[in-house]
Amino acid sequence: MSAPVGPSRLLDPSGGADVIGLDAHLARWGTLPDLSPKALLDAVDRSGLRGLGGAWFPVGTKWRAVAGSGRRRPVVVANGAEGEPASGKDRYLLHHSPHLVLDGAAMAARAVGSDRVVLHVSAGPVAGLQAALAQRATRRMDSCAFEIVVAPDRFLAGQESAAVATINGRNPAIPTFVGIRTVRDQGVAGRPTLVQNVETLAHVALIARYGPDWFGDIGTTDSAGTALLTVTGRWDAPRIVEVPFGTTLERALGLDPEAARGIQGVLLGGYGGGWVPTSTALTMPFTEQVARSHGSSIGAGVVVLLPTGVCPLVECARVVRYMEGEGAGQCGPCVNGLDVLATSVEHLAYRPRSLRGGVAALPTLCGLVEGRGACHHPDGVARFVRTAVDVFADHAALHLNRGPCQTTRPFLSVPSPARSASR
Amino acid sequence: MSRPRYRLIVDPIACDGAGVCAELLPEMITLDPWGFPIIHGDEVPDGLVDLARRTTVSCPRLALTLLRIDRS
Repeated sequence: MSAPVGPSRLLDPSGGADVIGLDAHLARWGTLPDLSPKALLDAVDRSGLRGLGGAWFPVGTKWRAVAGSGRRRPVVVANGAEGEPASGKDRYLLHHSPHLVLDGAAMAARAVGSDRVVLHVSAGPVAGLQAALAQRATRRMDSCAFEIVVAPDRFLAGQESAAVATINGRNPAIPTFVGIRTVRDQGVAGRPTLVQNVETLAHVALIARYGPDWFGDIGTTDSAGTALLTVTGRWDAPRIVEVPFGTTLERALGLDPEAARGIQGVLLGGYGGGWVPTSTALTMPFTEQVARSHGSSIGAGVVVLLPTGVCPLVECARVVRYMEGEGAGQCGPCVNGLDVLATSVEHLAYRPRSLRGGVAALPTLCGLVEGRGACHHPDGVARFVRTAVDVFADHAALHLNRGPCQTTRPFLSVPSPARSASR
Repeated sequence: MSRPRYRLIVDPIACDGAGVCAELLPEMITLDPWGFPIIHGDEVPDGLVDLARRTTVSCPRLALTLLRIDRS
């Protein structure tokens, strides 16, 4: 089987969105090679693959930590919970190409010495995964056992320790404090646990087949391969796009300077990510390192092009209030701080004269929540607010000098918070 | 053999903001506007290790941990 060429690795190069069944999957990619755990660990290490669920952690490093963490047999969690409202790439991948994810999960299980894989996914892809697992079972393809656990529909569902809590039957699905002992040591059923995003696992399926050198043919030296993006604001509806790392969004999304003039700012990384000025976001090399150097993150591949004609501060106020409501309600600094932060952004959006201390009050409040939760939820909200204050500084000044925008239509997808159901 | 080194960490889920820690160990702990502890410094200074240990057992929620960091 020849290795694929070009940036369409996980997606069908012809743009087809049909489900790729097992026969078509094997016709396109061939069977999985019979690699030893050591060969798999080495290949993943050398590929430079990093976690694409948002944390950007080196996959090989994580696998080695789990493989060597104790005498008990580890559990692998393929994580497709995707609680981020602006993201749809994991659901799309699970629907479109379930066998790539299952191949990758099986390879991860072999590498870390596990015989149990939990597919932790949102409700949508469950039927498709059941069908895919049935196809594999008839051919006895896998030596590990698969089970499906449905993730609740809330922002934090995919957070590592929250996912483990759901799988362990704990309700509600909220993070636990892992300051001393992480899920890598003690997770599902008390066993060492590898939680890996489903897109990351799909890349593993291809690295196992074609090797780390092939993987690095696309991308940059420190960001190898491709990533799936969920792009909002470019077309009528959000779309999933596969891009090589290091490209520019201008090129990847086919944006000409005229189209760029209709964009007020670009959100990278979703509601826990950060805003980047349009010209920078569209022309910078698209990598996590570059996004971080601009105070943002590509996170789980969310890209929102905010059009002119909507009030960016109203959009931020809606998101921050949503994120406040999506907190687990466990940690004092987050419970108190996010509420004050949300209220302050709402003041700036709707009642700018009520904002005590002016715009400068917002970064100060961010500093009070950063690094002080059991999980990174408050850190993401702080990043969102800090970058919004910078990127929309002119608009904020307009609010403070002339009052709020008179009419504005909502743009970003902001579900009603899950808080009432879980607290 | 080198001396043991420690970091003070708070379990923010267990902590309910009683504030005892900031009274016992003001050298390292202050309170935020809502009464929850902010820990200053990555490492407990040598002279404060005993006091830090006593602070951890005085916390009504046992939310503080003195974590040894010189061996991993």
